[in-house]
Amino acid sequence: MSDVAPLAPGTEEGIATVLRNTVSPILVEGSGTTMGMLRPVQAARTLSTRNLAGITLHRPQELVISARAGTTLPEIEAALAAHNQILVPEPPDLRALLGVPDAPPPTIGGLVAANLSGPRRITGFALRDAVLGLRFVNGAGEVLRSGGRVHKNVTGLDLCKLLAGSHGTLGVITEVTLKAGPAPERTATLVIPVADEAAGIAALSTALTSPYGVTGAAMLPKGARAGEVEGPAALLRLEDVEASVTYRMARLRAALPGGAVLEGEDSRALWRAVRDARPLEPAPGEGVWRLSVRPSRAPAMVAALRDGIGARVLLDWGGGLVWAVAPATAEAHAGVMAAAAAAGGDFTLFRAPDSLRAAVAVIPPEAPALAAIASRVKAALDPAGRLNPGRMRAGR
Amino acid sequence: MIDLPPPKAEVLARRDAIVAGLQAIVPGDGVIAEPLRLRPYETDGLSAYRQPPMAVVLPTSTEQVAAVLRFLNAEGVRVVPRGAGTSLSGGALPLADAVVIGLMRMNRILDVSFPDRLAVVEAGVTNLGITKAVEGEGFFYAPDPSSQLACMIGGNVMMNSGGAHCLKYGVTANNLLGLKFVTIEGEVVEIGGGHLDAAGYDWLGLITGSEGQLGIVTEVTVRILRAAEGQRAMLAAFASTEVAGAAVDAIMASGVIPVALEFMDRPCIHACEAFAHAGYPLDAEALLIIEVEGSTEEQDALLARLRDICARFDPISVRVATSAEESLAIWKGRKGAFGAVGRISPDYLCMDGTIPTGELPLVLRRIGEMSEAYGLKVANVFHAGDGNLHPLIMFDANDAESFHKAEAFGADILKLCVEVGGCLTGEHGVGVEKRDLMPVQFTPPELAQQRRIKSAFDPDWLLNPAKVFPLEGALSPANPA
Repeated sequence: MSDVAPLAPGTEEGIATVLRNTVSPILVEGSGTTMGMLRPVQAARTLSTRNLAGITLHRPQELVISARAGTTLPEIEAALAAHNQILVPEPPDLRALLGVPDAPPPTIGGLVAANLSGPRRITGFALRDAVLGLRFVNGAGEVLRSGGRVHKNVTGLDLCKLLAGSHGTLGVITEVTLKAGPAPERTATLVIPVADEAAGIAALSTALTSPYGVTGAAMLPKGARAGEVEGPAALLRLEDVEASVTYRMARLRAALPGGAVLEGEDSRALWRAVRDARPLEPAPGEGVWRLSVRPSRAPAMVAALRDGIGARVLLDWGGGLVWAVAPATAEAHAGVMAAAAAAGGDFTLFRAPDSLRAAVAVIPPEAPALAAIASRVKAALDPAGRLNPGRMRAGR
Repeated sequence: MIDLPPPKAEVLARRDAIVAGLQAIVPGDGVIAEPLRLRPYETDGLSAYRQPPMAVVLPTSTEQVAAVLRFLNAEGVRVVPRGAGTSLSGGALPLADAVVIGLMRMNRILDVSFPDRLAVVEAGVTNLGITKAVEGEGFFYAPDPSSQLACMIGGNVMMNSGGAHCLKYGVTANNLLGLKFVTIEGEVVEIGGGHLDAAGYDWLGLITGSEGQLGIVTEVTVRILRAAEGQRAMLAAFASTEVAGAAVDAIMASGVIPVALEFMDRPCIHACEAFAHAGYPLDAEALLIIEVEGSTEEQDALLARLRDICARFDPISVRVATSAEESLAIWKGRKGAFGAVGRISPDYLCMDGTIPTGELPLVLRRIGEMSEAYGLKVANVFHAGDGNLHPLIMFDANDAESFHKAEAFGADILKLCVEVGGCLTGEHGVGVEKRDLMPVQFTPPELAQQRRIKSAFDPDWLLNPAKVFPLEGALSPANPA
């Protein structure tokens, strides 16, 4: 972290100028909401995209919106809502989870750089899938584009995907073009009380292997609560035109009896809570991990996390996404790594004190052949290794 | 004819030793070197270009692919990966000094999990083969390129293939979970797995659509989806392409995204009708085929809305299927479009640019003007919802001038696509076909950046050379930044 005020140019050229004229490591961020994730960055200066603000193109009839990287998520959502549209991957607002509830809202550049997606991820679209095009500045200070503003584009290597989720280590994203989707006419959620994770994931699986187009499939474990909804409960969301939601909800209830239905704003509030992992409420000394796994292996993994490190959990993506909260210790981290490995899944450390984040592998290690390629790819984009050094892996 | 790089004389001189080395790795009939038996491999779906390779090797396992790449890398031999050879951009076109690695013998389905909604398959399994393996339980694999009966999933991954139904379900990149990937050094790497959004750099996303530039994929973990209860199509015919374009915009802005939204212009309508007798209105300038999914009640509700939207644009006619059979009849002409155009003109080039959908009327008008200027007929059929155009340029392959004109016409269309804010290729890939147009879409620093990333995977540029990047830069490692 840096004590000097961040450099926050208001233009893309300003970002490029900083990168061309700086020789030392630079911490790259948007509004900084996700800087508590992964490893802390040691850098003399901070470069923020927060002043690169504003929507630059919005074609509702083409389902396309472009915005400079520092534009906040609420601004983009409001512009889309004015035309009854949404971002399908529903990127989360993790400020509360990451312990910075009063920070400015997340920027679209920061969210794309972290590839953060919400419950609708199970329908097939992560945030990176909604990125139609990017403008970015590489470590050498060159302004580059990948993708564009059209929905189908396979021209050249897809650097949008490479940059999304690279946490500012390969380039500084300056503008994002996103695919929008229609806002659903109606949203409703079926809340089904279940005995445990195995039963909950079985219910989610029944729904997800049905033809009814479920757009949210989460589980609140015992002891967790979101608004009026108390765990253990399986949560299934339908979003579509009125007639479809009515028809499919009836079919889902027939297949999964015993539940209750939340409509409209009650349903929306519940899924915002799931999206932002609100039910976890980590205490100051606790760490937060996100694990991704085949849903059928989640019950055993959750049992291992509970038995091994006393974790509290929250499940989304049909059980394939497991949030875990436990004391922020090296032992707990080792327990998470072991549980993920045993289940053939992977993990990301989302929140912990700097000392722990700096000391452990915050994401799974790469195979040596891939690590060698990764080092060369990093050098291809950031030859001097100045962008967010060590953010994802030690020494890179 | 496109320029291909001169073969490496020192490689051709060692041909017999290289073939023997391959035979030691893949025994039996898995290595082909006789000129006559190389003929089937000299071209792909872009049959205007032909070049037999030095040899073809047909491995049956990831271990064999790894050993072959290790050997060829050590020998400095260029490699051209190949699935079914259905690329429309020349993505599998060999070079005289290259070894084609054909993956068609790796065609096993390794694992299917319905609770996890995934299938693990080898690269040589056909696109439709995946659906066939899971449809008994009501599932399917969503991307549906029109070559899906023949094309292989490994090739789909390399080209990031689309299809008519990707408006709802996305393209190949949106339907993958993991890959088994072999580097040019012969290292086997697992990318992703059975779970979503593996942590770390998105190798899965970078490799998908990389056209064989980064390595060879031998296994693919795909998402499989439960199929909708049913689907039904409607057809709406309009008096002008402008009006049809406005109807497309209105549909996309309406909140109801159809599963498919296809557009045909007058020449295409006439060609398809003569071929398929689908009952298309011959007085229309433009035709939309719109498909929705769901239960019968849901289909009724959605089709009623779409019919109302179309009605606002004074359609010449609207036909809503009332049964699965009527739906098939509506699709029959569209699905046979390429064959139908092939009946009018034995040779055609199928282009693949994408444009912002709002530019549709302008682009169609300009294509019409170019058609006049070049004296070549063109039929337009495309995925209207996502702006992916497939102009079919008709020419006579026995007339060299006609072919050169067709190529120039195609290039002009693609330049127009870029000019209006679109791109050179929506789903067919750059291949050799559009390689030299890359500077129209990308600046020199952007191309240099892509080339440096290619070099990070393939330092000596042995993988699928002369594709994707303009030839002057396509054969050697990129300079360091």
